[in-house]
Amino acid sequence: MKKQQRHWYHYLWIWSIIYFSLGFVNILFAWLGLISFCLPLIFAIGGGNKLFCNRYCDRGQFLRVMGSQVGLSLRREMPDWMKGKAFRYGFMVFFFAMFFNIIYVSWLVGSEIQGIQEAVTVLWTFQLPWNWTYSAGITPWVAQFAFGLYSLMLTSEIIAIAAMLIYKPRSWCVFCPMGTLTQTICKAKYVPTTI
Amino acid sequence: MGKLSPRHAVVDSNMCVACGTCADVCPTGAMEIVSGVFAKPTEEKCVGCGICAKECPASAIRVEVRS
Repeated sequence: MKKQQRHWYHYLWIWSIIYFSLGFVNILFAWLGLISFCLPLIFAIGGGNKLFCNRYCDRGQFLRVMGSQVGLSLRREMPDWMKGKAFRYGFMVFFFAMFFNIIYVSWLVGSEIQGIQEAVTVLWTFQLPWNWTYSAGITPWVAQFAFGLYSLMLTSEIIAIAAMLIYKPRSWCVFCPMGTLTQTICKAKYVPTTI
Repeated sequence: MGKLSPRHAVVDSNMCVACGTCADVCPTGAMEIVSGVFAKPTEEKCVGCGICAKECPASAIRVEVRS
C-alpha cells in the first residue's frame, strides 16, 4: 500500500484556528469567512465538482485532525434522520435564511434604521459581548455584517465540533449547508457517462 | 489486469454526500469522487480493506464479497 503524500493543502486546518483567532482580535477579519462561501460555489458552478470539500475545506480537515489524529471522536453512528434528505435540505434552508438575515440586518444598520450590535450571537440564542474587537470609525454596516458572519461561522463550528465529538470525525460534512448546496449543483450539472 | 481482491467497497450513491473522506483515507488511492456527486472505487485498486467504510460519516459504504 502506498504512503499518502502530504501536500500544502493538507495543512489548511490551521486556517480554522487562525480565522477564529483573528475574529477575537478584530471583527473585520470575519469577512474572510466569505472565502468558505465563495470557493465551494466557484468549484461547483465552474468545475462541476466538490473539490473544495474534498481537498481544501479547512473545517473538514480540522475535524479529521481533531477526531482521527488527536482521537477526540467517540465515532458513534449518526442517527438515520440526520443523514436523511429532509434534515440535510432543511438545515441548508435554515442556514441560508440566517445568512440572508445577516445581510438584511446589515442593510438596516447601513440605512440607520437600526443601531449596530457589538455582540456575537452563538447558536442563534446566546449573545456574547465582543465589543473590544470593534472600534468606532469603521462603517457600521461593514462591522455589523462582520459580527453576523462571525456569529454564523462560530455557531456552525460549535455544531461541527459537537458532531465530531459524538459521531464520526467528519459527520458535519453530512449536513454541511455548503456541502449540500454544492452537491445539489453538481447533481444538476452531472451527465452520467455510459461505456 | 492484475488479480482482483476477493472483497471490495460498494458505495450507496443515494447516501453518499461526496465529502471525500473515503478518498482521503483510502490507502491504495482507489476512491474517486465522480463530478462532486458520489464516490466510486476503482475496482482494480480496491483491496476491500474497509477503511473507507469505517470512516464514512454518511455510512454510505459497505464492503462486500465480489460476485
